Amino acid sequence: MRSSDKMAGMDRSILAKRLFWLAGAMATWALVAALSAAPAAARDFIVLQSTTSTQNSGLLDAILPIFTARTGIEVRVVAVGTGQALRNARNGDGDVVLVHARAAEDAFVAEGWGIDRRDVMYNDFVVVGPEADPAGVKGAADVLEAFRRIARARAAFASRGDDSGTHKRELALWQAAGVDIAAESGRWYLETGSGMGATLNLAAGVGAYTLTDRATWLSFGNRRGLRLLFEGDPRLFNQYGVIRVNPARHPHVNAEGAKAFVDWLTGPEGQAAIAAYRLNGVQLFFPNAAAR
Amino acid sequence: MNEFSRELAGALRLVVTGDPQLWEVIALSLRVSLTAVAIAAAIGLPLGALVGVRRLPFHGAIVVILNTLMGLPPVVVGLVVYLALSASGPLGPLGLLYTPTAMIIAQVLLVMPIIAALTRQVVADLNAEYEEQFRSFGLSVWRAIPALLWDGRFTLLTVLMAGFGRAIAEVGAVLIVGGNINHVTRVMTTTIALETSRGNLSLALALGCVLVLLALAVNAAAALVNHAGQRWAGA
Repeated sequence: MRSSDKMAGMDRSILAKRLFWLAGAMATWALVAALSAAPAAARDFIVLQSTTSTQNSGLLDAILPIFTARTGIEVRVVAVGTGQALRNARNGDGDVVLVHARAAEDAFVAEGWGIDRRDVMYNDFVVVGPEADPAGVKGAADVLEAFRRIARARAAFASRGDDSGTHKRELALWQAAGVDIAAESGRWYLETGSGMGATLNLAAGVGAYTLTDRATWLSFGNRRGLRLLFEGDPRLFNQYGVIRVNPARHPHVNAEGAKAFVDWLTGPEGQAAIAAYRLNGVQLFFPNAAAR
Repeated sequence: MNEFSRELAGALRLVVTGDPQLWEVIALSLRVSLTAVAIAAAIGLPLGALVGVRRLPFHGAIVVILNTLMGLPPVVVGLVVYLALSASGPLGPLGLLYTPTAMIIAQVLLVMPIIAALTRQVVADLNAEYEEQFRSFGLSVWRAIPALLWDGRFTLLTVLMAGFGRAIAEVGAVLIVGGNINHVTRVMTTTIALETSRGNLSLALALGCVLVLLALAVNAAAALVNHAGQRWAGA
């Protein structure tokens, strides 16, 4: 009985050994196949490092197919905050950036990472918050006064805290309002360290104020008690710019594809497509590229 | 709740009617995670078995490290793979960043330690049982390992399912190395994250239910194979 068990065990071990080598061969094949799937040098796509607002609002989904139909160039969008988009592009992980933080954009170009920055479109930031408006933001004369009222009331304020374009603007506004916001972090000033959508979800959950771009706000589906409470200050102007990654720094970029995209986006057809995009009948972005 | 049931019904209808957009995302999720588990198994099973059978130098430390690596945070793995595959990184010239291959690599790193650590335990237990027989036959470790893996195959299938569960459910790594690019690297978990950030919570939750059903289908298939195999082996 025992010895027949042992015999069966031997047979099985030979079978098992064959299976073992078979599995090894399959894994090697899978690895080789996976690695050889790397795209060839000439690409018919470009990688666009962009912000969450342009994607979440549906703008890119609406206008990019027009460009692809015209040129045959596919646009692969990586939607992150402005800070991360510029860092990724600096690493060479993108061909074009579409972002909204002028100072950071100019630094990116000045340091030689990007070339040919152009204005594309604008909209504005708005202050949203709980319907009851405990800080009284609604009647403020300007946005700095609105921010001071929030600070005085120590009302909860959700900040992106992620080095995005919106975050940079918000920090600049606190500074202009003369509020030392770093000292309040973790008390009434809540840094989420995440995207606009996640930050709005948090603000809706705890009834906090926050600064958001209008496009994300209008396309956001989970407002609950949040309302738009302050808008219209010129300091809330939100300009988007497009920059090509410098091929001299990163020779592997798809320079032709990037040039074609930037020319199209700032040209008549791209500008018209931006102006035509509506969400629930409302225009979200206003083209303002300089005529060339 | 009413809105959620409506979204869930809508999502399930898209699954059943074969909506191309949704099925593209589902197919990529399965392709990436199943490939990752297959590669991780090819490395993790023999590696785990070796540690289970042989007393290596610093054996205790190796076991503790393997067990610890089971808890690797996906976002850290994503970051490491991003830095390696970035155009400025050591593997940049391969051009793999923002491709499904990059997502597979990240998931292999996440899943392989789970498979290796659990396999080590399974094989060590079996080895304790058979060690004497192997010795009496004069079987080398290299011949004992395949025999032990074969003997533990039904338990090891559960181990592979644990690895698959980790792979199909994670979002931190694939979001960073894949970029959540529509039609290219968008999978179920990154779609759920995107819809959550759009504030479409019901839709996100409905897609989450579809993801769970997907994992259920894969596990059910594995259970069927297991059941059939056990009946065959027991006959």
